[in-house]
Amino acid sequence: MNAHASLIFKLVALAALACVPLSGESFYVELISKMLVMAIFAMSLDLLVGFTGLVSFGHAAYFGIAAYAAALLSPKYDAGNLWLLLPGAVGLSALAAFVIGLFVLRTKGIYFIMVTLAFAQMAYFVFHDTPVGGGSDGIYLNVKPSAAIGGWEPFDLGNGTHQYYFILALMVLVYLFLARVLQSPFGRVLVGIKSNEHRMQSMGYLTYRYKLGAFTLAGALGGVAGFLYAVLFGFVTPELLSWHESGNVLLMVILGGMGNLVGAVVGAFAFEGMRGVFESWTEHWQLLMGGVIVALVLFLPGGLSSLPARIRRALQGGEAK
Amino acid sequence: MDFATFLIQTLNALQYGLLLFLVASGLTLVFGIMGIINLAHGSFYMIGAYLAFVLTSATGSLVLAIVLGIPLALLFGAFLEWLLFSHLYKRDHLEQVLLTYGLILVFEELRSLLVDNDVHGVSIPAFLDASIRLTEVMTYPVYRVVVSVVCIVLAVALYFVIQRTRLGMMIRAGNDDRTMVEALGININMIYRVVFALGVALAALAGMLAAPMSSVFPNMGSQVLIISFVIVVIGGIGSVWGALVAALIVGFADTFGKVLLPEISGMIVYLVMAVVLLWRPEGILKKG
Amino acid sequence: MKPTQHIIGATALALALGAAFGSAQADDKVKVGLMLPSTGTYAALGAAITNGFKQFVAENGGKLGGREVEYYAVDDESDPAKATENANKLVKRDKVDVLVGTVHSGVALAMAKVARDNKTLMIVPNAGADELTGPLCAPTLFRSSFTNWQPAYAMGKVAAEKGHKKVVTLTWKYAAGQQSTEGFKEAFEKAGGKVVKEMTLPFPNVEFQPFLTEIAALKPDAVYVFFAGAGAAKFVRDYQAAGLKASIPLYGAGFLTDGTLEAMGDAGKGLLTTLHYADGLDNKKDAAFRLNYAKTYKMQPDVYAVQGYDAAQLYQAGLAAAGGDPSKQEAVIKGMEAAKIDSPRGAFTLSKAHNPVQDIYLRQAEGTQNKVVSTAIKGLADPARGCKM
Repeated sequence: MNAHASLIFKLVALAALACVPLSGESFYVELISKMLVMAIFAMSLDLLVGFTGLVSFGHAAYFGIAAYAAALLSPKYDAGNLWLLLPGAVGLSALAAFVIGLFVLRTKGIYFIMVTLAFAQMAYFVFHDTPVGGGSDGIYLNVKPSAAIGGWEPFDLGNGTHQYYFILALMVLVYLFLARVLQSPFGRVLVGIKSNEHRMQSMGYLTYRYKLGAFTLAGALGGVAGFLYAVLFGFVTPELLSWHESGNVLLMVILGGMGNLVGAVVGAFAFEGMRGVFESWTEHWQLLMGGVIVALVLFLPGGLSSLPARIRRALQGGEAK
Repeated sequence: MDFATFLIQTLNALQYGLLLFLVASGLTLVFGIMGIINLAHGSFYMIGAYLAFVLTSATGSLVLAIVLGIPLALLFGAFLEWLLFSHLYKRDHLEQVLLTYGLILVFEELRSLLVDNDVHGVSIPAFLDASIRLTEVMTYPVYRVVVSVVCIVLAVALYFVIQRTRLGMMIRAGNDDRTMVEALGININMIYRVVFALGVALAALAGMLAAPMSSVFPNMGSQVLIISFVIVVIGGIGSVWGALVAALIVGFADTFGKVLLPEISGMIVYLVMAVVLLWRPEGILKKG
Repeated sequence: MKPTQHIIGATALALALGAAFGSAQADDKVKVGLMLPSTGTYAALGAAITNGFKQFVAENGGKLGGREVEYYAVDDESDPAKATENANKLVKRDKVDVLVGTVHSGVALAMAKVARDNKTLMIVPNAGADELTGPLCAPTLFRSSFTNWQPAYAMGKVAAEKGHKKVVTLTWKYAAGQQSTEGFKEAFEKAGGKVVKEMTLPFPNVEFQPFLTEIAALKPDAVYVFFAGAGAAKFVRDYQAAGLKASIPLYGAGFLTDGTLEAMGDAGKGLLTTLHYADGLDNKKDAAFRLNYAKTYKMQPDVYAVQGYDAAQLYQAGLAAAGGDPSKQEAVIKGMEAAKIDSPRGAFTLSKAHNPVQDIYLRQAEGTQNKVVSTAIKGLADPARGCKM
């Protein structure tokens, strides 16, 4: 896809997303809201997996930590202040990512995959086993945060439509922010690390610091998603940090095609959509899901966003004959 | 804790560690030699346990079930390697993670379709169904001792195969340099198939041996999967001895952690792992 | 007149009224949302609840409140992370009249929030979390099963009556287990006993050996545990293998031996547990229920099937009181609150917090059955701590 066509595609997609609340169906508005949240989550992981070459299998930890922070920092029966809660929750998940990053970035390859997994498990047990967050049953976020600044309230998260546009706006912001970061010198170093870390080191870059920066940033953005999840559903459980969730978000990234922010968004939508369709077909939907995953890896390693190029190639091949 | 209790807890730790070793050994072999990260390893453990259940029900004997089950597991492993895993060697770890994640879902659903979702028990063979008296109230089942002995024998046998046989030599060579081995005219694909089948069989055997102790139940594989990962990381990827040492460390940490530090017992093995990684980022024993 | 006749009578009346007023809604269907696990660890329980629910509807002529029933089912996978979304499917998309679910407490808590926010009626056919009919109680939230506190409290009383003074408890470190051991402790210590040590292990870890060793060292008079499913089967096997069963009696909430006795084999023999249902109850309703269930589903019903069956009965009672119209929610709720449910477990009514006030039985394992020994406590009501309703 050339740059022009790509921009048109994005704008059309954005316009379509902006029209969703017009349907008036609160279930679908909420469903798409969740997909948008997962899209943010997938983009944050893509920064690590797709651009820096760090396959984290414990990304759900940062999502979950921010979600818990949203619930725990809110007053029990009153609305918290959105403008304090959001930075607070995101700050906590960034801090967790920074500390865990100090450890896990000492490892590489397979070790990195497993060590990120193990740290996420540790975080899981903190919420599951200790009284910190209400234990295994999870906790409620009873009242959604208020967006009031002084006496002025620009929007109300209790209103499904307002909430939808707030999440959509954050997704677009995260997208633009990440796109900008990737254009910056910092982002170029990350991409350089992915293709050849040794070369970057011999060029004098302290790659460990760059990776730690990327890991922390990804944790923070994953935290944005986790915070929004808690606000959207008002219920937080330790399972948000489980390795299945880490696996699912990896799947979204791969499904869309890694190293491609739009791909991550497409992947998140495709994953959630596919699950919904399969579930409506059969109670053995996990068999279908597993089968699709296996087939995807074997036959479409570039993910969905590589499809247009593949099809074009196939068509051109056909014409040449 | 008095001395007798301490000794019994040590026995518990050893026994638990040895069983964990059996699961983790297959994982570390496949990891180390083939470079494949296999999340479905826990599923092979589950499949082994269900094989034990189904075959014991059919034949009336766990021993017979194991004798039949091992070749089945080997065949199954070789088949899977041919069908799926042989396409993964040149792919990156991420794709391996995903494919094997998909396999977990497939295997669990097949289990649900072919057997059911209930909990089932497998009985201990009559000649092993006895106990040894330890204290005035406590006894120790002979079956657990036998399982531990089997684990030790297998550890030694694995070591022997890898260090002293022609197959082991080829495996070690393939581990170090794939192209070199191919240049020498050794069929590396065949070696990989053997190693993978062996890995599957080890996990399945662990499941079969554990079935009478743990019962068989849905999702039993995912419980051992994560802990096996921790063991492989602590021990050093590809090292059978490392896995043994790590499994014993985890066995001790878990057993004594539960009794002495109950507040953090869920986290303790992961803490151990973090400490080991700080000390040695590549595990206690890297390849061996 | 028996309660069933009440229900039939009321239904007939409702039908007659509906016909008299020529209500356009008379041919509308009742939308029942079943949010239960059909995959994963609790799949078998989800199936039993569904079977039980559908059995009552079938016995009732395929109708509830005189209307055809339309089912909407979602597999909750026992995954709390997807619970809100799944509940939304039924509540917001399908707009069900009643939400029935589920097994897993964490999932049930998430469902309860969705149901409450949308003012949808909800019946919990299993999850025992004390909160649901405690701090989180709501006019629209009902339960046809139990609280974790109930069977545990009864067992505390039984253990004290058997003359035990010193007891050790063991459970997984999760909410259900902790609520259960607290309930046990409350009754046991009130009767003069002492819980000398409360041990927990991470869920769903099943390496019990260190705890068995600890128990052997402590030599208590008895042990109380809360485990369910595969963990329960393994624990009981290990307990026997460690030789403890012969010298230290083991007690548990009934889930220890429900659906797990086959897997326990010999080790389960003779175990005493408390629950709101048992095999060999001497009541006609149970006999008929069992016969019918076995005929329809080719297997024996369990406590989960009973809870599903009673969820349907409870809703039927509400609908009957509202003239069969599910949209008259206040009337439905009143009907449910006032209902006396003729359950296979024995008749029960609901407490103010909408939890069954029911007999808890002491049962003994025999083969694959939990045979009733006696009624441990008659008409036990959960204290509903924290419920402001």
